[in-house]
Amino acid sequence: MEARFIRLAAGFAAAAALSTAHAAEVSVAVAANFTAPMQKIAAEFERDTGHKAQLAFGATGKFYAQIRNGAPFEVFLAADDTTPAKLEEEGATVAGSRFTYAIGKLVLWSAQPGVVDGKGDVLRRGAFAHLAIANPKTAPYGAAALEALRKLGVADALAAKLVTGENIAQAHQFVASGNAELGFVALSQVWADGRLTSGSAWPVPAGLHAPLRQDAVILAAGRDKPAARALAEFLRGAKAAAIIKSYGYGQ
Amino acid sequence: MMSAADLAAIRLTLELAAVTTAILLVIGTPVAWWLARTRSAFRGAVGAVVALPLVLPPTVIGFYLLLLMGPHGPVGQFTQALGLGLLPFSFAGLVVGSVFYSLPFVVQPLQQAFEAIGERPLEVAATLRAGALDTFFSVVLPLARPGFVTAAVLGFAHTVGEFGVVLMIGGNIPEKTRVVSVQIYDHVEALEYAQAHWLSAGMVVFSFLVLFLLHSRKRGGVR
Repeated sequence: MEARFIRLAAGFAAAAALSTAHAAEVSVAVAANFTAPMQKIAAEFERDTGHKAQLAFGATGKFYAQIRNGAPFEVFLAADDTTPAKLEEEGATVAGSRFTYAIGKLVLWSAQPGVVDGKGDVLRRGAFAHLAIANPKTAPYGAAALEALRKLGVADALAAKLVTGENIAQAHQFVASGNAELGFVALSQVWADGRLTSGSAWPVPAGLHAPLRQDAVILAAGRDKPAARALAEFLRGAKAAAIIKSYGYGQ
Repeated sequence: MMSAADLAAIRLTLELAAVTTAILLVIGTPVAWWLARTRSAFRGAVGAVVALPLVLPPTVIGFYLLLLMGPHGPVGQFTQALGLGLLPFSFAGLVVGSVFYSLPFVVQPLQQAFEAIGERPLEVAATLRAGALDTFFSVVLPLARPGFVTAAVLGFAHTVGEFGVVLMIGGNIPEKTRVVSVQIYDHVEALEYAQAHWLSAGMVVFSFLVLFLLHSRKRGGVR
């Protein structure tokens, strides 16, 4: 009885070892603004390498807390450069694996054509009920939006009209459903193949907020995982670069 | 310690729960009475609708409320036509969401209390020539009192514990839609664990006390 169980267990272990040697899974935490390009990149990555990327999307700050508390993510694509740097300092990453994979662009967007003008004057007029942003405490795009509002001198005037999404995806959803007339979202959410997918938008000038350098890093859980390394490699390659650019990111 | 924002969230949460409970007692009483008495073919369907929030994920409720109350939804167009504007991101919107979300917690205890009264006291009231309203206020209400207390306490506590629906339709606005559960979520996400602990521990104590009172009262006899 016992011998049979051991044989069975050994068989399972051998099968598991075999499957990981060739095509492995890599668990990836992805900042919400990078959802659409990452889905495309993951599909290309699987086609090229056979490795499967398991993607989780959310706010960068939330991922930080989860990773610090033992979440089994192997690669982290953050919406900023400070969070991966902090994880690196704390020894939660593979040293030297950090790199910038994209530079984000903030855009003021409305699902309705003609609401947002080419200069963002709509913010000064304030003729709307709700302006959606991502949570500035946890989402870098939210912090950038707040910074831009301050630099434009309208932060106080608009404070009562702000509605806060849990992350940039929810901020986008508030605007897309029409419940907020306009909001600050990531250009990648409303941009595909070189043009605006719907509504009206004002790309916020880069001078109005600190640059949204988005860094990726291999986490401690991905230390001895070839698939994690392969994904980091793939993100720096030409195929990923083309996809990243097509969503309006800088590099 | 708790910040001014935490205290504002607590005040807002209690306000939301109080308003919701009051509305639910008014709406829930006739619904529960009907469910307890009727032989209509719709009894099963209405009972199921009332119980829906027990099994539906808050994300489903929040998602549909957002669409229904949004500018393209029927409720949204109705409220706009009345000049009330849109309900999402407002206290009124949270009340609407909470009323639906906590509906079974008020209706079901009331229904059970009404069913427990049975036919006999009503027949006696009828032979004494009591009118329908008189019967309700002088016979049903006193007999169903424990049911009302349970319904009010559960409706209030369940609304205090609401999170998913508020997250989806609230927009996290201080003093308008940022309730305690959302404030805790914010604290945890921002790694402000000390503040998160104050509020979270407060919720545990509050919930325990509510349930403790409810259960000890039941053991003491419902009569």
